[in-house]
Amino acid sequence: MTAIIILIVLIVVVALFLISMYNSLVKLRNQVKNAWSQIDVQLKRRHDLIPNLIETVKGYMHHERDTLENITKARSQAVEAESVGDKAKAEGELTKALGKFNLVVENYPDLKANQNFLSLQEELTSTENKISFSRQNYNDQVLFYNNKIQMFPSNIIAGMFNFKAEEFFEIEEATEREVPKVSF
Amino acid sequence: MWELIQANKRKSTVLIITMGMILVLLGYILGSAYYPNGGGIIGVVIAFIIWGILYLIAFSSGSKILLAVSGAKEVTKQVHPQLFNIVEEMKIASGHPYMPKIYIIDSAAPNAFATGIKPDNTAIAVTAGLLGRLNRDELQGVIAHEMSHIVNRDILFMTVSGIMLGAIVLISEVFIRSLWFGGGGRYRSRSSRDSGQAQLIFLAIAIIFAILGPIAAQLLYFAISRKREYLADASAVRLTRYPEGLASALEKISQSTIDMPKANKVTAAMYIANPLKKKGEKLHDLTSTHPPVSERIRILRGIAHSADFAEYQNAFNKVKGKTSKIIPQSALKDVTPLGLREATGIPLAGLTQKKSQRNVGDLIMKLNDYSFINCPCGVKIKIPPDYKKDKVYCPRCGREHTIK
Repeated sequence: MTAIIILIVLIVVVALFLISMYNSLVKLRNQVKNAWSQIDVQLKRRHDLIPNLIETVKGYMHHERDTLENITKARSQAVEAESVGDKAKAEGELTKALGKFNLVVENYPDLKANQNFLSLQEELTSTENKISFSRQNYNDQVLFYNNKIQMFPSNIIAGMFNFKAEEFFEIEEATEREVPKVSF
Repeated sequence: MWELIQANKRKSTVLIITMGMILVLLGYILGSAYYPNGGGIIGVVIAFIIWGILYLIAFSSGSKILLAVSGAKEVTKQVHPQLFNIVEEMKIASGHPYMPKIYIIDSAAPNAFATGIKPDNTAIAVTAGLLGRLNRDELQGVIAHEMSHIVNRDILFMTVSGIMLGAIVLISEVFIRSLWFGGGGRYRSRSSRDSGQAQLIFLAIAIIFAILGPIAAQLLYFAISRKREYLADASAVRLTRYPEGLASALEKISQSTIDMPKANKVTAAMYIANPLKKKGEKLHDLTSTHPPVSERIRILRGIAHSADFAEYQNAFNKVKGKTSKIIPQSALKDVTPLGLREATGIPLAGLTQKKSQRNVGDLIMKLNDYSFINCPCGVKIKIPPDYKKDKVYCPRCGREHTIK
């Protein structure tokens, strides 16, 4: 009799353990997904800010038509990009174009006194930061999740229910280095 | 970060149980000193009632009381867009799902604190003096430190242990004062000689306990509080990947000689740097809620290659010359190097002292609903909220401005 009770208790404990492990894996996977969507939100925010920025600076920067056109072109390519690879490339181009823009702004003191421009500039700086912070958070979450599904004992549950390792969001070294140092 | 939160939770539980035991023991011994027969239980019950009342107050309106006492005002994004953006950046970096509310404290002394027991209802408060002095990188460092307190659940923990400490101190104080007025003596004269002697012994133990209990609890509380400050610094580095930001912010904060009149002993533990410390005064290590700022700065500047926790622990060991564990072991296992970033050098930096003082003044006026008009002659006209007319003349050039 006692043997049966002990057995039942043991089974219940093991079952509870497995269930909680499964649930924590699901939670981690959802966190990774959520972190990914955060990056998207910030990229979209940057797309929304750019037309406003162009509109504001057009009147000041007559000699920088090329720079502005580059930004507009890069933006529309980034908006249209579908696959993750295309997206990363197009966003990289956009970052580069904005970096160039930040350099030439230095030559327009009038523009730097414009209140509207200054607040747009802060929004853009912050959005660039948010993009890189959300990427940083995404990679943190992926690392934690991947560790969990590869390590014993949670790897057993992960294998049984087909939890797959997620990919890190890496940016090519070259583009990474050209992220504007957000000094306007 | 997650290993850290889990380790913190475990440690918090242990500490709270320890403090709870001190509280129970104290209640029992003090109760027994009054009534040797069964008084101990009554003492424990009274101790728990006092603790319960403090607990209810802290959990129902603790944040509100703290914010009100420090003179903080909730602000919208229009008042300081940069501050809002930076808080949001740190919220994103930490993966915290809820945006904290943002308060500005009407004080010229640079300081900041975070509050809020539940993760979905937190607040970060910074002083106007802080916003007037720091550049974007430095402010980001400070906000990252506060955000780390929120994410690491330090506030919940400090509140719970603070309440325990409060209950222990309160009970001991009441006991010692009641002895002064001869409360214990009445019962002693009524009982027989044998139990009288037992009671005398109890009384002696009780007095020792009433003196030592609060000291032990306080030392424990301070030790943990200091450790959490280091931890929040380490987490801030991890979030921003830029230790110099927090380091130079702390430097500026510690260099300020302006007093913070609204901070007191109870709220001091919540601030990023001890608001009660007078310049040049050396605080005793054991009885301080904060580690010495100079040491925190040296540790932060000792971080050279990577923003991970192991690097912070190394820098800590180098500066302190001993190997006390600041970061829980489970968080040190993660050895992926995290690259540091470079300074951004965004404005606000390089302000002259006069300019920075004017900045602070403007911000405080904005907080108090003043509006501003920039006159083309270069004067900034400040309009108080109770100004009724719809026109104002510039005091320098006499231009007429309409108030919107």
